[in-house]
Amino acid sequence: MNPVISVSELTKRYGEIEAVRGIDFEVATGETFGFLGPNGAGKSTTIKILCTLADPTSGTARVAGHDVVKERDTVRRNIGLVFQDTTLDSYLTGEQNLRFHADLYGVPKAAFAPRLRQVLEMVGLWDRRDSVVATYSGGMQRRLEIARGLLHAPRVLFLDEPTVGLDPQTRVSIWEYINELKKREDITIFLTTHYMDEAENCDRIAIIDHGKIVAIDTPEALKASIGKDRVQISTADDQAAIRALADVFGIDAAMHEGLVTFSVESGEHFVPQLFARLPVAIQSVSVSRPSLDDVFMSYTGKTIRDAEATIGDRNRMIATRFGRR
Amino acid sequence: MATKDIATQDDSLEAQERDLTEMIRVAVPERSIRADLRAVSIVWRRELIRFRSDRLRAITSLVQPVLFLFVLGTGLSSLASHGLPSGVDFKTFIYPGVLAMSVLFTAIFSAASIVWDREFGFLREMLVAPVRRWAIVIGKCLGGATVATFQGLIFLALAGVAHVPYDPVLLLTLAGELLLLSVTLTAFGVMMAARIKQIQAFMALTQLFVLPLFFLSGALYPLNGLPAWLTVLTRIDPLTYIVAPMRHAVFDHLAVSPLALQALSPGVTWGGWVVPIGLSLAIVAVMGLVMLAIAIAEFRKTE
Repeated sequence: MNPVISVSELTKRYGEIEAVRGIDFEVATGETFGFLGPNGAGKSTTIKILCTLADPTSGTARVAGHDVVKERDTVRRNIGLVFQDTTLDSYLTGEQNLRFHADLYGVPKAAFAPRLRQVLEMVGLWDRRDSVVATYSGGMQRRLEIARGLLHAPRVLFLDEPTVGLDPQTRVSIWEYINELKKREDITIFLTTHYMDEAENCDRIAIIDHGKIVAIDTPEALKASIGKDRVQISTADDQAAIRALADVFGIDAAMHEGLVTFSVESGEHFVPQLFARLPVAIQSVSVSRPSLDDVFMSYTGKTIRDAEATIGDRNRMIATRFGRR
Repeated sequence: MATKDIATQDDSLEAQERDLTEMIRVAVPERSIRADLRAVSIVWRRELIRFRSDRLRAITSLVQPVLFLFVLGTGLSSLASHGLPSGVDFKTFIYPGVLAMSVLFTAIFSAASIVWDREFGFLREMLVAPVRRWAIVIGKCLGGATVATFQGLIFLALAGVAHVPYDPVLLLTLAGELLLLSVTLTAFGVMMAARIKQIQAFMALTQLFVLPLFFLSGALYPLNGLPAWLTVLTRIDPLTYIVAPMRHAVFDHLAVSPLALQALSPGVTWGGWVVPIGLSLAIVAVMGLVMLAIAIAEFRKTE
């Protein structure tokens, strides 16, 4: 099948800072593709280029068969966008917001009414269509934006951090709507997230760190590629424990999230040995199956939260240099 | 085109199920001038919808001209009557200028909605759409101008209070001039809004412009016999070129002696040469078009 998105040697530079440093990937038609990485890793920059909102410094990107720089308007007609920040007119009703969108995108007038109903029912807002958007909750506003992004039947729907800033319960419900829409619409979804659990919903994910793709595959394949369980322990003397793990078991351990962390094959069999042979008193143990967190850690050497702590500094640098937009 | 025809009022269960299981095909057409005009129309209509739901704004923006006409007009009338020919009320004299003022605030501030839209994200929804930027800018200008002209028309209804006759020709002339002024002023506001990112900065900057524009326009005093510095400043003020024709129209419909007419409504003069009404209006129109062109160019650059 033809890829609906193809990106080749894409870079984006803001002054001296390279936000995206040469990435290549393809997304197949109908796929749900996730861009996973800490804040500031280059996810939003990449999505901006694909949506024609920023020009790449070098490299090419094609969306729905059209070049994002040379055929900007054609690309725009074929994509739906849901941004991190809301872009709704809160003084208009839900329906008025969608009508505005339909007119801007040239949705045929005869198709508007049935399509309006369809997308609003899909996100459960049909009954609230005549309410002013200011009265909607954060989750409802996000759902309305998803409905709006779908209104003109785009071939690709871009969701930039679709659940950021929402409470956990609302996040789950947004994902229910996204999964529902995958069933109903003939559409490719490209999304970015820094929530590992959400990336599990994707058919394939690309892990991006420091502007580069470090791994790209299905969530299952990525987890299987690590194959090891993650063990985290807290001890009376963590530094001594790390030295002892290296001496006694030959295991490379490091501090993550305040715990001594390491990976082993079949963790449940390893723990009894740990208690028997580690010369340091153990206060707690946790063993977990490989998650996307571990995948991220094994490819980047840090957890996504560690990565965000360091990248936060880089973002502040970019922000002070270019001002807020 | 819709490949499927669904009657919108068809609420039977069967139709609902069909709605849910089958996707309605919507093919977004190639870009065309018609699509751009449709964009102009919806951006325009949005301004009207928002104005309709904002009655407070409609009322508050009428407060200032009403204050000027009634409070200032009445308060100063005894003082001003010495300089006025008998039978001419000071309110009548300042009416055309205050009428221009009634659209001044609304027109410029309606452009503030662009800054507002930028702050609250909605501008992005417009800028990422597959339409030409000029369509969005023109839609905004038309919307702002419509709202401002509407405000002006409400104030025009008060003409009788200022002893201005309800003559159909006069009313139509004034309404047309209000429309022209509204378009130009909105273009001015949109041009400024293209650059300014914060609503506070926009408000501060427009305040800086609005009152000087009004005071230098000859709205409150005749344009002849002024000191040289004020003469120069009044001739630079674009509002001058609309207030003079409006006053001309009003006094044309009053029974005033030619001498009084010369004193009160001398028209705009450039070193003794009286600028014809047509040229005066053309100046306002050209300025509006130039500012509109700048606004469009500015918006092409923004992402």
